Amino acid sequence: MIELVSAERCIGCNLCVKVCPTNVFDRTEHEPVIARQSDCQTCFICEAYCPVDALYVSPYTDEQVDVDERRLAEEGVLGSWRATLGWGPGRTKLAAIDQTPFINRILPERPIRAAGISDVRSPATS
Amino acid sequence: MSGETDVKLTADVLVIGGGPAGAWAAWSAASKGAKVVLVDKGYLGSSGATAPGGTNLLYLPPDKEMREKAVQQRMQSGGFLSEERWIHRVLDQVYENLELVEQWGYPFVKDENGVTQRNHLQGPEYMALMRKVVKKAGVKVLDQAPALELLIDDHGVGGARGVLRQEGRDWEVKANAVVIATGGCAFLSKGLGCNVLTGDGYLMGAEAGAELSGMEFTRRYAPAPAFSSNTRSRLLGWATYYDKDGNELHGSRSGDFLAERLLEGPVYAIMNKADTPEKQAILRSSHAIFFLPYDRAGIDVFTQPFPLTLRYEGTVRGTGGLRIVGDYCETTVPGLYAAGDAATRERVTGAASGGGAFNASWAICSGTWAGQGAAVHALGQGAGAPERKLRSAGRYGLADGRTNLTTSRADTQELIQAVQDQVLPLSINYFRSEAGLTAALNKLNSYWPGVSEQAPESAYDRIRAREAAAMAATSRWMYTAALARKEKRGEGLHVLAGYTELDPNQHHRILVSGFESIQVRPDRTFLAGVAAGSHQGTEQGA
Repeated sequence: MIELVSAERCIGCNLCVKVCPTNVFDRTEHEPVIARQSDCQTCFICEAYCPVDALYVSPYTDEQVDVDERRLAEEGVLGSWRATLGWGPGRTKLAAIDQTPFINRILPERPIRAAGISDVRSPATS
Repeated sequence: MSGETDVKLTADVLVIGGGPAGAWAAWSAASKGAKVVLVDKGYLGSSGATAPGGTNLLYLPPDKEMREKAVQQRMQSGGFLSEERWIHRVLDQVYENLELVEQWGYPFVKDENGVTQRNHLQGPEYMALMRKVVKKAGVKVLDQAPALELLIDDHGVGGARGVLRQEGRDWEVKANAVVIATGGCAFLSKGLGCNVLTGDGYLMGAEAGAELSGMEFTRRYAPAPAFSSNTRSRLLGWATYYDKDGNELHGSRSGDFLAERLLEGPVYAIMNKADTPEKQAILRSSHAIFFLPYDRAGIDVFTQPFPLTLRYEGTVRGTGGLRIVGDYCETTVPGLYAAGDAATRERVTGAASGGGAFNASWAICSGTWAGQGAAVHALGQGAGAPERKLRSAGRYGLADGRTNLTTSRADTQELIQAVQDQVLPLSINYFRSEAGLTAALNKLNSYWPGVSEQAPESAYDRIRAREAAAMAATSRWMYTAALARKEKRGEGLHVLAGYTELDPNQHHRILVSGFESIQVRPDRTFLAGVAAGSHQGTEQGA
């Protein structure tokens, strides 16, 4: 769930407030606050939209965890989902390099079924 | 509830819901010349099951033989509850619409021969694009604007009311046609993007008199990290499974394997069948969302075990929803249309899950058709919606003086938890038995009066109270329908212990409706168009 709105990075655009599907944030005079953390569904959408990489959604859906902003920044975690999606200036969109249409080409080999059911190997293995 | 600061709008078509189905419906209605308002509980572009991840699409070239084969396969896997004509319609329509998606700027990849691959969409990109397209078409969009109830008169539906939840104001939209595209119901099980999907549209539609169909086909759980939300599991095809001691377990993500094993103890997986850096890179550039929670938890999925769970997906990857009776996704209530997971998908999926390509394609097509139908209906009405004497259709879980709170006040959170306790457990809802479902249904029925004993005051509480009512109603429709289908049909989207065979006498859909007492009846209307053939002769049931 959402664990961090970086006061240092936030520019107060309130985009996260707008786009959060479950309305977790409240706008304030300064950076938005995490007002309803338990409603967070861990969908990472807010991070994708944040233009200054000020948010961190922890992977833990059901428990709150402590986070260290400096460490997240140093390890390149802040903004990493947005970077993966290729959102932001000068980046290539994930959609433009999407490999999903081709993943069946690298399917793991499957055992050959007993004769009589099918003696044809999975096309992906040929 | 209404005050001077409320937002009041009129339109030809109101679309409730801003996932793919709602977006396509709004675009489609606007393209037909209708004035359209779209409201979403969250945000058009980020709400719903599609936006955070990615989705496959049915994309078959218009090759007669190839398509006929696909249709026959689906008829078979769906236990012949689907309709050939509707599957063909979806294959045709989605092919056209995906070309539009490309024209609008979605950067589909090409293969080495230069052929564009339109069979997969990355959710964030797709839905951000749809938002642009919908707004460009002139649709008025209200975000963070959950609908609470429909408005009706003797001629049918004429709009809806809800809350602008970040402004503490109400909204009211009068429109001669309404498209319900609110998604399915996943009971707040925290599947990826699914917590906005609480069955709101089923509740609103049923209060206006609509029926539901296929609610028994709701036995669907998705593998996810035990600690996280990501219910996109296709990449588990490259996993090996282990128990807590590291012993290999033989099974796959489909079938009963995970459900059975998880009842015995923890199950772990390692993606060790993606055994080269090249393969790993390909997978990372396909379902990127799959890796995100593990990366952040410090787990290298290709070499380290990660714990799995199953999250319930209700009607999202199940198949049931509002019954649709016409080619434009009309419900039985005049002026009311249903699209996407809010509608039953049986016409194309039958008794099989629509999960993945079918549901995503259905959202596009049903949205397109519902938008067209709604536009034509609204523009053909003599009287504008503002002249109609509309009344509130909402009946349950609303705090507006219509409920008599003489007794105790029900706590909304406790009510939701009580419903979840009967719906989420594998032991009740996956391993279905008459005794188990009957006991659960009795409990759910006993909770039902509680939905109107909620006393919500804030905007937040009013929305939650309606979600609680919607989930309570949906759970009761599900189990009522499940107890009415005593057979095995299709590929296990509904089972009942002791009934292991297909029963030709149950070759019908199951309709449910109502609240205090739920009516159940078989629907065989879809068989009327079937030419006398192999499975027609078996229809002798009452």
